[in-house]
Amino acid sequence: MQKTKQRLLTGNKAIAEAIRLEMERDPNVFVMGEDVGVYGGIFGATEGLFQQFGPKRVIDTPISETAFIGAAIGAAAEGMRPIVELMFVDFFGVCMDQIYNHMAKIPYMSGGRVKLPIVLMTAVGGGYSDAAQHSQTLYATFAHLPGMKVVAPSTPYDLKGMMISAIRDDNPVVFMFHKTLQGLGWMDQLDASVGHVPEEAYIVPIGKAKVVREGTDITIVGIQMTTHHALEAAKKLEQHGIQAEVIDLRSLVPLDRETILQSIKKTHRLLVVDEDYLSYGMTAEIAALAAEEGLYDLDAPVRRLAVPDVPIPYSRPLEQFVLPNADKIFHEAMKLVNE
Amino acid sequence: MFDQSQLQFEMIQLLDENGNGDEKELASFSDEFLVTLYRWMRKARVIDERLLKMQRQGRIGTYAPFSGQEAAQIGSVLALEKDDWIFPTYREIAACLAHGLPLAQIFRYVRGHLSGGRTPEHLNIFPIQIIIGAQTLHATGCAWATKLKGETQVSVCYFGDGATSQGDFHEALNFASVYQVPVIFFCQNNQYAISVPVHRQTASRTIAQKAVAYGMKGVLVDGNDALAVYKTMKKAVDAARNGEGPILIEALTYRLGPHTTSDDPTKYRNAEEAEQWRSKKDPLRRLRVLLERRGIWTEEKEEAWVAQVNDEVTAAYEEAAADETGSIVDAFNYVYGKPSKLLQEQQEDARRKRKQEVK
Ligand SMILES: Cc1ncc(C[n+]2csc(CCOP(=O)(O)OP(=O)(O)O)c2C)c(N)n1
Repeated sequence: MQKTKQRLLTGNKAIAEAIRLEMERDPNVFVMGEDVGVYGGIFGATEGLFQQFGPKRVIDTPISETAFIGAAIGAAAEGMRPIVELMFVDFFGVCMDQIYNHMAKIPYMSGGRVKLPIVLMTAVGGGYSDAAQHSQTLYATFAHLPGMKVVAPSTPYDLKGMMISAIRDDNPVVFMFHKTLQGLGWMDQLDASVGHVPEEAYIVPIGKAKVVREGTDITIVGIQMTTHHALEAAKKLEQHGIQAEVIDLRSLVPLDRETILQSIKKTHRLLVVDEDYLSYGMTAEIAALAAEEGLYDLDAPVRRLAVPDVPIPYSRPLEQFVLPNADKIFHEAMKLVNE
Repeated sequence: MFDQSQLQFEMIQLLDENGNGDEKELASFSDEFLVTLYRWMRKARVIDERLLKMQRQGRIGTYAPFSGQEAAQIGSVLALEKDDWIFPTYREIAACLAHGLPLAQIFRYVRGHLSGGRTPEHLNIFPIQIIIGAQTLHATGCAWATKLKGETQVSVCYFGDGATSQGDFHEALNFASVYQVPVIFFCQNNQYAISVPVHRQTASRTIAQKAVAYGMKGVLVDGNDALAVYKTMKKAVDAARNGEGPILIEALTYRLGPHTTSDDPTKYRNAEEAEQWRSKKDPLRRLRVLLERRGIWTEEKEEAWVAQVNDEVTAAYEEAAADETGSIVDAFNYVYGKPSKLLQEQQEDARRKRKQEVK
């Protein structure tokens, strides 16, 4: 195989590049949100766009989430392809009516006449001490409601490729990026926030999970940070002679059921890890999938590791206690393989 | 047809940038009051600067400095009765302190202590709000309740210029006015919402004028003039307590520092602008000029006061840092009045894991 030159980008630069390429290609694409202009988005996802495209296509809005998400719906119905940034997913509370009653349902209720090609981009996740209203992922909250695709890429490569897919998709897509994978200077520096990203536009399909590590003894399913934690845990498991297969879900909706079921056919053990609340969450959905369609492939009950049902604590040590990490995954996995 | 240019909101000011004003008006403030007011403002500034430093040293979490807004916060709170309610945001640390919140509690808050958001029983201070605009509704409801119960407290809701773009703000003003509840909406227009300047936030010439649409009184005051803020607030509070309904006050001020410690203001505003406000319009300086003219403040007093406050800060920090209560096990107790069975199981699990970690 030819070794291509590595071009390293952080998560936020990968997103901004995807948007830039699509804005160059299609004049209907534009960006709206709080501090997305000169500031470049508080997590850097729109950096440089204002300078290139100006205030007509990169629009700083008042702090009116209902207004700009609702306006994106109107603009999309009129043929535009808006990308709107909800600064933190936690703020969905002030604008959820526009999201789930309108963005998600108007295409359906119009009998398929109205298309809403909107990307609702939003920052998720904790781990940097930002307290209960700024640290949630809320993956399941969005994934539960029909009418929107929901993606949560884990690497700069996928962030770019899936953003391009999202922009070109005729359905509303909720595009979640994880704050700690953006490569921001004021956060802990993670290797996972930097990765190879080709210069040109390319697509990573929505609805396809990725086996990021092959193994034979146990399947670990994660998304965003928990994928990276799972990979780290897998290294440690290997030292104990256990080969873990790690699946990066990447899309919550549509869910790639095949990849998961294929994997448990091979490993016969399933651990699902999530940086969202345990109850009624993504881990439950996948456990149900395994129970319904893969029960006879399993040698042991499914295990779930997620945030206990408490709001995310502000203090660092307390927060670290509730968030999944490589160590916790390792321990859960060890218990599971010894069952 | 009516145009907003027909709305005249003159800015109330008693003390100009150089510490001058109408002598008769100024004479109505006692020496004692002026010294108290100034001490609070100086204290707030010292605390703010120390908190900023401590954040840089990694001793506290993300912090939203309020330097430049001392007159608006202290001036307004000193006009309240002890049992009046305040609804602060992350920016109102000075207001919280002046309304009685112990400094050590502020440190618990900024250190992310589990009980950091808990105000002492006897204090009517609502938990600090970070979701923009939400507290406007809570303050309205609280004021409504005091009215229904026949109590005398008023509720004071703090928020920034950016918050006036939220639906919550508009619904709150409408409600408060329809039900004529004793709430004061106190907007500190510090001219920026993170990177967005106020003229990109609203096309209204003033924020005060927004009151008119809701059939409510509105007033614009120089937010860097503590005396004007105090007097305006006092009038508003007395009226609200008297059953004359809500009011919207716009205090025009300026945020001298960054939005929070993770912000870099040079990205969106020129340093000169901030420097102008710092050197020419500082709320502390003009009050100090007045005090010195009256012969009730000196450089020695200033030094002694700053030293005393610094000691207080150190002591409060140490108290909070030494507080070892509030482990992860306790977190489960606050989610509901009593944890459900499932939550109790999760709590047990946490207890077990914590023991293993401690070992
Ligand atoms: C509903 C909601 N949207 C967005 C934010 C993100 N945010 C935090 S502070 C801020 C700016 C607020 O500006 P302003 O109301 O003027 O108050 P200031 O910070 O200047 O005191 C924004 C947009 C938030 N916390 N809540």
